[in-house]
Amino acid sequence: MLFLVVYPILQTVYLSFLSSSGEFAGLSNYSEILGDTDIVNVAHFPKWPPLGALVHNTIWILIHLPLSMFSGLALAIILRDVKGSSIVKSIIFIGMVTPLIVGGIILQYTFTERFGLVTAFFDLLGVEELSRTWTALPNTALFALVFGSVWLWTGFSMIIYSAGLATIPKEYYEAAKIDGAGPFKTFKRITFPLLRPLNITVITMTILYDLKIFDIVYVATFGGPGKASTVLAFEMWLQGFRYFNPNGAAVIATLLTLLTLVVTIPMIRYMVRR
Amino acid sequence: MKTTKTTIILHLIAWGVGVLWLLPFLGVFMASIRPYDEILHGWWILSPFTASLSSLAKAWTDPYYPLSRGLLNSFIVAVPSTIIPLFTGALAGYGFARFSFRIKSYLFLTTVLLMALPQQSVIIPLFQMMANLKLIDSYLSLVLVHSAWGLPWIILFMRNFFSTLPIEVEEAARVDGASDWKIFFRIVLPMALPALASVVVLQFMWVWNDFLLAKIFIYEESMYLATQRIEYVGREQFRVNWGVLSAASIIVMIVPILVYVLLQKYYVRGMIGWTVKG
Repeated sequence: MLFLVVYPILQTVYLSFLSSSGEFAGLSNYSEILGDTDIVNVAHFPKWPPLGALVHNTIWILIHLPLSMFSGLALAIILRDVKGSSIVKSIIFIGMVTPLIVGGIILQYTFTERFGLVTAFFDLLGVEELSRTWTALPNTALFALVFGSVWLWTGFSMIIYSAGLATIPKEYYEAAKIDGAGPFKTFKRITFPLLRPLNITVITMTILYDLKIFDIVYVATFGGPGKASTVLAFEMWLQGFRYFNPNGAAVIATLLTLLTLVVTIPMIRYMVRR
Repeated sequence: MKTTKTTIILHLIAWGVGVLWLLPFLGVFMASIRPYDEILHGWWILSPFTASLSSLAKAWTDPYYPLSRGLLNSFIVAVPSTIIPLFTGALAGYGFARFSFRIKSYLFLTTVLLMALPQQSVIIPLFQMMANLKLIDSYLSLVLVHSAWGLPWIILFMRNFFSTLPIEVEEAARVDGASDWKIFFRIVLPMALPALASVVVLQFMWVWNDFLLAKIFIYEESMYLATQRIEYVGREQFRVNWGVLSAASIIVMIVPILVYVLLQKYYVRGMIGWTVKG
């Protein structure tokens, strides 16, 4: 395990400081990768796209995190009092057990002109730009992937919040009812505070998912068109296995490792404190 | 009166969302079981509706990348990648639960970090390592890496489970003269079946659904796993044949979905134990 897990992580960091001939190269790989327009595209910044993988990952988190968190929480609360909720939960959870590579195909299909439901829906509304194949156009490709990932991932927060709700004693709600609290007050004063410990799990796991995202990008857009939907993990694979630049790939991998650590440390601290 | 009205609205919302979430899956399913001409203008147009197995058959027997072979290959990788860490993890977890108490925080930390780290952090050295060992294009590389990555959470999960078991049963057996091994295999493991089931479901799905590791370790086309074949099946010269591609998707996803449907209870339990409680 040490050999297959710990050593490769350190080796990656080491590689990121070497030149292609194996000499120590200082930070030159870093300046090269961070200066690459595929990673951060400063010139395009206010306009789009492509904005570079790092920016795309950030956009991904900014849209995906609140959407999937909110819909998961809302669904958990609604489904608590609904008959047959286990069937609905199972349906929503299918996205979590589907291979991501297949998830990418399904979302591509759903966003394809004439073939897919989303494009057909916008065609019906008469919104022409959105009735074209989303994954083939630079302005929409990233958003097709992000919305697709919300669809696939909402099951996670829903299941976590449902498990949390199940631990809240019924008496609390009965007491709130007797005191004349309405549904919003009950939510604000009882449900939400008691679910709060779970937020850190949901937030951390969701950001990690967004940082690691690779399969659906690979299969649905291949980072395109023209890099409009590329992400860090995909650029890392390109550097390592397409451009045969393992040192450049190691730089991106090290950046990803640092980002995941930054995201994970609050969760670890929280868990250790408990 | 008011409550019934709210209840009805809640039910409508819940079932509406359920249907909405199902639609993309329904779409690929419909595309996979109907002739290509019928889905050209949307799978939701139901007249005419002809059920046909031709797309599924095409994906299954594709001349270059048959999914039949892909499923077989995926099983060849997923079964040992599940069983090896299951047994070593259960054994180690039992040891940690009964014979050592200091390991918990170390194990816990490793597991959390491993869950957090993207595979991208390690695949360059892993690729170089496997190339040096001549294990590229060998399933052994995949089995080794999947087992190594599975072990920490399995050990932690099993350790937590074993420490909830009453120790009295084991002590009674020991008084009767049973050895540690006998106690583990005859008494402890049978009691641990639900936890073992959770491990099997989660680890199997993790391995089955993997794409990146297969992509970087396996280059021989006849050895491609099911997830690797998706990007080649149904791609015709001037168009994507969504019928065949949908059929391929259905074939690849049906295995984890069946596992989930049959062992849902264990999946959710494992998932929650592994994230919420840590």
